[in-house]
Amino acid sequence: MNWKRATIAAATAAPVIGLFAWGLTRDPNNIPSPLPGRQAPAFALAVFSPGQGGLMRPVGETMRLSDLRGKVVVLNFWASWCLACRDEHSALSQVAQTYEGKPVQFLGVLYNDVPDKGRAWISEMGGQSYPSVDDPGARVAIDYGLYGVPETFFLDANGRVAFKNTGPVSPGMVRLKVDSLMAAAQAANVSAPAVATPAKDSSTPNAKTGSPK
Amino acid sequence: MIRLLASNAILVALAVTALGAILTPLAIHRGRRDWLMLSYAAVYTNFVLVTVATLALVWGLVSHDFSISYVAQVGSRATPTFYTVISLWGALEGSIVFWAWVLGMYAAAVVWFNRKREGNLVPYAAMTLLVVALFFHILLLGPANPFQPVFPVPFDGPGPNPLLQNHILMGVHPPLLYLGYVGMTVPFAFAMGAMFSGEVASDDWARITRRWTLVAWAFLTAAIIAGMWWSYEVLGWGGYWAWDPVENASFIPWLTATAYLHSVIVQERRGMLKLWNLNLMVGTFVLTILGTFLTRSGIISSVHAFTQGTIGYYFLGFIALVLLVTLVMVAGNSDKLGSDGRLDAPLSRETVFLLQNMLFTVFMFTVLIGTLFPLVAEAARGVKVSVGTPFFNRMSIPIMVALLFLMGVGPALPWRKGAGPELKGKLIPGVIVGVLVGVAALVAGARNAYSVLAFVFAGFALGVNVEEFVRGANARVKAHGEGWLTALMRLISGNRRRYGGYVSHIGVVLVAFGVAASSTFKSEQEATLKPGESLTVSGHTVRFKSAWMREEKQRQVVGATMEVMDGNRVVGTIEPRMNYYPTSAQPVPTPQARSLLTGDMYMNLMAFRQDGSNVTVKLIWEPLVPWIWFGGYVVCLGAIIAMWPTRERTAVRVESAAPSAPRLSEGQA
Repeated sequence: MNWKRATIAAATAAPVIGLFAWGLTRDPNNIPSPLPGRQAPAFALAVFSPGQGGLMRPVGETMRLSDLRGKVVVLNFWASWCLACRDEHSALSQVAQTYEGKPVQFLGVLYNDVPDKGRAWISEMGGQSYPSVDDPGARVAIDYGLYGVPETFFLDANGRVAFKNTGPVSPGMVRLKVDSLMAAAQAANVSAPAVATPAKDSSTPNAKTGSPK
Repeated sequence: MIRLLASNAILVALAVTALGAILTPLAIHRGRRDWLMLSYAAVYTNFVLVTVATLALVWGLVSHDFSISYVAQVGSRATPTFYTVISLWGALEGSIVFWAWVLGMYAAAVVWFNRKREGNLVPYAAMTLLVVALFFHILLLGPANPFQPVFPVPFDGPGPNPLLQNHILMGVHPPLLYLGYVGMTVPFAFAMGAMFSGEVASDDWARITRRWTLVAWAFLTAAIIAGMWWSYEVLGWGGYWAWDPVENASFIPWLTATAYLHSVIVQERRGMLKLWNLNLMVGTFVLTILGTFLTRSGIISSVHAFTQGTIGYYFLGFIALVLLVTLVMVAGNSDKLGSDGRLDAPLSRETVFLLQNMLFTVFMFTVLIGTLFPLVAEAARGVKVSVGTPFFNRMSIPIMVALLFLMGVGPALPWRKGAGPELKGKLIPGVIVGVLVGVAALVAGARNAYSVLAFVFAGFALGVNVEEFVRGANARVKAHGEGWLTALMRLISGNRRRYGGYVSHIGVVLVAFGVAASSTFKSEQEATLKPGESLTVSGHTVRFKSAWMREEKQRQVVGATMEVMDGNRVVGTIEPRMNYYPTSAQPVPTPQARSLLTGDMYMNLMAFRQDGSNVTVKLIWEPLVPWIWFGGYVVCLGAIIAMWPTRERTAVRVESAAPSAPRLSEGQA
């Protein structure tokens, strides 16, 4: 055995192994979204599951992003066939209840699924406190650049995407995001009323896309 | 019950492989041949145990035993039995079971066929196989355990991924792939065995190994072609290769294995390239494990991604171990692997083999770097990028064109000595065919230089390789007075390795024609048709007859019946479909092709009106694509001819500078 050569050869393996070890800590599917900081794509989707208590909205009502100005919006894309959605369901449903009466709108968006199965899933999971809308043809999902489900978008009171989460959310994270966006909206309200914003928004190209009205 | 039987079988197999592996060095150290028999017994026992586990899993799938986690994950009562059985390899855990089974089978075969051989080569090779098997048993008991209990037991499961139950090739491609991929462990085991036993300097082990490599290579070749065919038949894009990481993972070791099959001839004939061949052999195995790691760990994004978990870390540990041991062993033994001969003439067959090997190696690194690039780029610059088809095509097309050229030159050149006067006669048929094909390509409208060159060199290689058969058969006719066909058959059976190789070359030429033609002359059109309306692409016309829908047990099928027209006459139908599976929100497009000698009419159903009043279809004219599949058969036929057992004959080394011209039927290529 030529041990000198053997040692040199063995040393060359180190950077390769190092690269792979580092690579395992990354998720290649986690592609950063360009949306945060920009105006959220508009939508107008019909409610198929009403939600519960004070958060309830009648089935068939059309939810429009433009009507939600001044509110923090939590947009959660989910499906009955999605396993990870089961993990986050109770967290979202319970946190949403605690914001009843506050300027916050939680909204589920059904992705590549049929409302009947969505409703069956909701009753199987023991209810969903906030309303869910159907997204036929996944048009809104495409506008939001959805990679898979679940994905959750946090929109500020001006309809801008503040943050996007890929995969299941945790209750603490949802509270943190919603609280900070509410605080920011209140601070802005003191200096300038929220009513002033729509005029500014109409000039952004994103606001024109996706809305079928 | 089944579950317990299977998981205990794996557990015992783990213990048996570990004991067998430890026993080998102990037995050799103490000179106990009887202990070696025990480690051979461990190899057989392991095979029996993994067979039990595999059959148990298949039985669990067939009997819908949803208390087994793997069955609950991929099984469904509605899935047809065929797809239920083959969902054995439809997801991560089952595929590892199948891998362990194939490896166990290879190991048992290696030991059985070499059980009487003296020396320590086979014991150490068996030990290496046991260690690799041990790793897969650890996976099966850890991150890829298919036999976990499920409670409460579900009544039904989701069934396999819709794409994996939509075509019969799902039953063909994966087993071929595993037979090829896992088969590369055998030459690796012999290489390690040769180094551990100190027999590495002898050529004996390389001779034993060559046939095993050929077997694995033939399976891998068939698997790659079948995979291309499958993606062509199942995915509606009309292509067959996309340089996806999983495709590359199967292609990278194929490149080094192909290089080895050629360069090992140089070692046998001239005693050269020993260290190089050793590197190719262990490299091929390392690349199979690397490819598996890349595609199972989720480290690289791919359309084929398996579900991920902690399995990546296990593979990383195994790669680290394999890399370390092989690098240390190969580098440590490199002193013993000097060349007995040297290159004598710049224009000789050795030189062509050398160039061919260099090109294959460059090709391998190109694909490897392209595949790993996203990882490297993120590590170096923190950006998410990937290189796509344009990179791979731009880099690989010149290499493939050059390889086609060498495939034509090589068989015409003599060993050692530079080209002689007979060279002209050997090359002329190739040149004629090449020019004819090139002119035909130009007339047909090919304008890209590489594409024209590909046609010319493929024709050239075809001419030269066919000429070898014609000349050899003619010589026999003259010398023995045989009929021409008899002469051809005897020519081939007299030197199976050489002529099997040439048959494979002809198959590669057919594949090359198919690839070059379909990437140069492909044309397509999409149209929305009402019943009775027709669509024409490259002179091929289809007419929309009707749209229909039918319920099947596990899916709903929507299809369009398209009539193939020849003037006003209907000469056939094509029925592109969309299959709707309950577990998938999107339909699985199911294209259909009508194959002609000159190409495929490939049709895809893009959209349809519910009432059947119109459909949107795409018609693609795919010139010469059937040649790719047929060429694949021919390549494998060549490999079978070359590996067919023949009377043992010692390789004739060419030592003198001017050898007496060997008779064609006896020269060993």
